[in-house]
Amino acid sequence: MTEALTLNKIISQKGISISEATRLIADLGWTPSYVQEAMHFPTDYKISKTPKDPMKQVLRSYFPMQEEKDNRVYGALDAALRGDMFRNVEPRWIEWMKLFLAIIPFPEISAARSMATLGQLAPGDHLRTGFTMQMVDEFRHSTIQMNLKKWYMENYIDPAGFDITEKAFGKCYATTIGRQFGEAFLTGDAITSSNIYLQVAAETAFTNTLFVAMPSEAARNGDYALPTVFLSVQSDESRHIGNGHSMLMSILKEPDNHLLLERDIRYSFWQNHMIVDAAIGTIIEYGTKNRDKNKESYAELWHRWIFEDYYRTYMLPLEKYGIKIHHDDVHEAFDSIVKKGYVHKIAQFFSAGWWANFWRIEAQTERDFEWFEHKYPGWYDEYGAWWENYEKLSKPGSQLITFADTGYVYPHRCWSSLVPAVVREDFCVDEVDGELFTYASEVDRWTHKEAFAAEYQGRATPAMGRFSGRRIWEDVYDGWDVADAIVDMGFVRPDGKTLIAQPHMSFEEKDMWTLDHVRGNTIRSPLKALRELSPQARAAHIEEYRKGFKIRRI
Amino acid sequence: MNAPVLENEQKSAAAGAKIFPGSDSRSYNYYEPKGRRATHYEDVTVDVQPDPERYLLQDWIISFGDGVPTYSKDWTALKSSDWHRYRAPDQEWERTHYQRQSTICGMIKNVIDNARRAGAPKRFDAAWVKVLQEHLGAFKHAEYGAGTSLMRAQRYGYTQMVNNAILTNSSYKLRLAQDLTLYLGEIALDIDGFDVDVGKRAWLESPIWQKTRELVECARGANDFLEQYFIVNVLFEPLIGELFRSGFLMQAAAPQNDYSTPSVVSAAEADYERNLANTVELFAMLVADAEHGEANRRVLHDWFDKYQPIATQAAMDLQPIWSQPRVKSAQFAEAYASAINRLQAIVREIGVFATQVPMPGLETEPAE
Repeated sequence: MTEALTLNKIISQKGISISEATRLIADLGWTPSYVQEAMHFPTDYKISKTPKDPMKQVLRSYFPMQEEKDNRVYGALDAALRGDMFRNVEPRWIEWMKLFLAIIPFPEISAARSMATLGQLAPGDHLRTGFTMQMVDEFRHSTIQMNLKKWYMENYIDPAGFDITEKAFGKCYATTIGRQFGEAFLTGDAITSSNIYLQVAAETAFTNTLFVAMPSEAARNGDYALPTVFLSVQSDESRHIGNGHSMLMSILKEPDNHLLLERDIRYSFWQNHMIVDAAIGTIIEYGTKNRDKNKESYAELWHRWIFEDYYRTYMLPLEKYGIKIHHDDVHEAFDSIVKKGYVHKIAQFFSAGWWANFWRIEAQTERDFEWFEHKYPGWYDEYGAWWENYEKLSKPGSQLITFADTGYVYPHRCWSSLVPAVVREDFCVDEVDGELFTYASEVDRWTHKEAFAAEYQGRATPAMGRFSGRRIWEDVYDGWDVADAIVDMGFVRPDGKTLIAQPHMSFEEKDMWTLDHVRGNTIRSPLKALRELSPQARAAHIEEYRKGFKIRRI
Repeated sequence: MNAPVLENEQKSAAAGAKIFPGSDSRSYNYYEPKGRRATHYEDVTVDVQPDPERYLLQDWIISFGDGVPTYSKDWTALKSSDWHRYRAPDQEWERTHYQRQSTICGMIKNVIDNARRAGAPKRFDAAWVKVLQEHLGAFKHAEYGAGTSLMRAQRYGYTQMVNNAILTNSSYKLRLAQDLTLYLGEIALDIDGFDVDVGKRAWLESPIWQKTRELVECARGANDFLEQYFIVNVLFEPLIGELFRSGFLMQAAAPQNDYSTPSVVSAAEADYERNLANTVELFAMLVADAEHGEANRRVLHDWFDKYQPIATQAAMDLQPIWSQPRVKSAQFAEAYASAINRLQAIVREIGVFATQVPMPGLETEPAE
C-alpha cells in the first residue's frame, strides 16, 4: 500500500518562516528625519537596548485565534443559560461579582492605554507587535467583562448593583482600592507604571490569583460563566508576561536603572499584595459556599502562585543581574495572610460597612466557621463573635453593626494602597510636606514618603507619580448621615428607599433594609479625627490602635 | 468539585424567581443611550473610563509628577461641552472587532495561498513586480506609521468611546501594515530576484515617497492626539491611502496579471470607511458644539492649513508611479481628482469649511 496522501500534503506549499516574518515586521519602523517625536511619557529610566519579541506571533494568526477563543466563550454563556445555571448558582458568590466586575474593566482598559507608553518607549520595533496584541487583548478583556456583567444582570435574581455598575465604581468605599490599582497602570513614571507595576507585578504574579484561583472558586459555587470568561482572559496574559519580561531585560542592561528597579519592584509587589489579596482573598474565602476541606485556602493558593511560582522563579533570578530584592517583604506579605489574618480582617471591614456597598454580604455560619477553623486554626476565637453579631444584626431595624457596641474599631485608611489598616500592629503614621498621613505598614509609609517623591535616595525622579485627589473616602463623607451618603452615591433601589446593599440573602421585601433603617448614624473620618488630636493624644491613640480589639458578643 | 444543588424551586437564583424592589432593573441605568434603546456597544463601553464628572467621587487619585491627572481635557486643543456624548458609529467592541479582523485575515490568507498555488505571482508582469517591490513595499511603512501614531493617540481621549475608536483604528492600520509585509514576503518566494528590502529604501530615500513620509512623521510627532487622528483620517487616508490603494493598485493590477494585490489591499478600504465614519462623527460633534464649536472649527482649520499642503504635495509626488506599469490602465489625474473630491466631502461633512482645495493642472496620459 502506498503512503497515504493527506489533504495537508496535497495543498501544502512553502511559506515564509516565522523568524523571517517577524524580521520583516520589525523592520517596518524607521528613525524619523522630518519631524522628531516628542517623548510624551515621562520616565526617569534610561532605555537603550532593543527588547526582543519572545512570542514571534503576527497579527494574521492572532486575530483568528482570538475569534476562536471568543466563540468558545460566547457559546459557553449560551450553554449556561440553556443549562439553567442560575437556578443552582450560589447568590453569595454572584453578589461579590457586583464588586469584582465593577472594578476590573477599568484596570483592563488602563492596561490597553498603557501600551501607548511602552510602544513609544521601547527602542526599535521588535516588540511593537507584542504591545499591539496586548493593547487589543486589554480592549477585549474590558468589553468582554462588561458583557459578562450585563449577562449576570439580565439573568441573576437580584440585578440591583449590576445596574449601576460603572457609576458605583466611581463612588464606592471599596472600589476606591480598585481605582488605585487601575490608575497605577498608566499614571506617573511610564516604566514604573506600565512595565513594573502592570506587567512585572500585576500580570506576572497576581493574575494567577485573580484569573485562575478565583474562577475555580466560581465553579464550586455553580458559576460556570466566570471561569469561561476569565480563563480565556488569562490565556492572553502569558503574552503580556512575555512582553513585560522582555522589556524588563532591556531595562536591566543599564546599571543606572538598578536603583529605580529596586524601588519599583518593591512598591509594585507590596501594593499588588495589599490590593489584590484584599479583594480577591476576601471574595475567594468569604464569597464561597463551598467548604470542602480538601481544597486549598487562599493562603495555600498564595504560597503556590505567588511564593513558589513568582518569587522563587521570577523575582529571585533578578538578583543575578544586580537587582536588590526585598525578600523580607515577600515573607511579610505571606505572614500577613497566614499569621496576621489580613484577608479575614478585610472581610470584616467590608461587612462592617455593608450599607455603603452595592452588593449583599451575608453572615458566615457554622459550616463556614468549621472550614475557617480547619484552615486557619484560632479563627473562631478571633472572628466567630463578629459574624455571629453580624447575623443577629442583619434584620432591618437592628443597629448598624458599624456603630454597635461590639468593640470593633473602624480602621484608618492606608494613604498608599487605600486599603484600611486592618493589621493593627503594623499601623504607622508619618508626615509628608508637613501633613500627617496614616499607613497600613512600613512599606506603605515608604511608598508614599520615599518612592512617590521628586527625589529617591539623592537621585532626581521628576517623572514619578504623586498621590492626589480626595484619597480617603471617609474624608469625603465626614459628618454625613449614613442615609444621606447612600443617597448621594446612588446606592438605592428604583423604589427610592430600599438599599441595594443588604446584610443577608433574603429576597423577601419585608427583610430588606431601607434608608429609614440606617438614618441617624454619622460617618466620621478617622484621619481627620487623628489630625485634630494633640501630639500626646495622637500618640496615645496610635498606641491603643496598634493593640487591636476584641469583639464582644451582643 | 462540589456544585451545590439548592433544595427547591423557591431557592432558584434565576431572574424572576422572586419579585422585590429592584428585581426587574435589568439594564445599565447610569447613562443615556444615544438612541431609543442602549446598544450592546454602549453597554460594554460607556463610562468604563470614568472621570470626575462621571463618576469619580474622589477625583483622580494619582497624578503625574507635574500634577497632571490620569486623564486631562488639556491633551487636545479641541474642547467639548460634553465629551461623553460621542458614540462611534461603527459600534465596535471586542467581539465585533475580532470577528471582522479574523474574517479579513482569513480572506487574505486564502487569496494569497490560492494565488501562489496557482502560480499567479510568477505571471505578474515584470514591470509590475518592480512597482510592487518598490512602491507597495514603501507604502507599507506609511500604514505602519499611521498605526503607531494612533496607538499612541488612544491613550489621551477623555472618554472610553473616543479612545476605543482610536484603538480599533490603530489595530486596523497595524494589521494592514503586516498584511502587506507578509504578502510581499510570500510572493517573494515565488518571484525570482524579488527583493523585499527595496521598499524600505524607497520609503527612506525615494523622492516619490518623501512628502508622504513627512506627512506620516507629522502624525507620529504631533503633540495633540486629535491632531494625530485628524492627520491620519482626514488627510493621509483620502490623499495618500485611498489614492494609492483604490486609485492605483486596485485599478492597475489586473492588466498586469495580478489579481491578488487588489484583494489584499481592498480590506483597507472597508476599514477606512468605518474609521472615517468614527472620525467625522467626532469632529462634527466638536464643530457643532454650542460653546466651543467656533474655536474648534478654527483649530481644525489651522491643522488643515498646516498639513494639507504637505498632503497634497505628497499625493502629487506619487504621480510617477502611475507611469511605471507596462500596461497603463489607471489615470493619476482622475485618481487625484477623486481624492480631492473625497477630501472636500469629508471636511464639508465635518462642517469645518467650504475651502476648495486647489486642483493643479495635471496632464493626463493616454490609457492603453
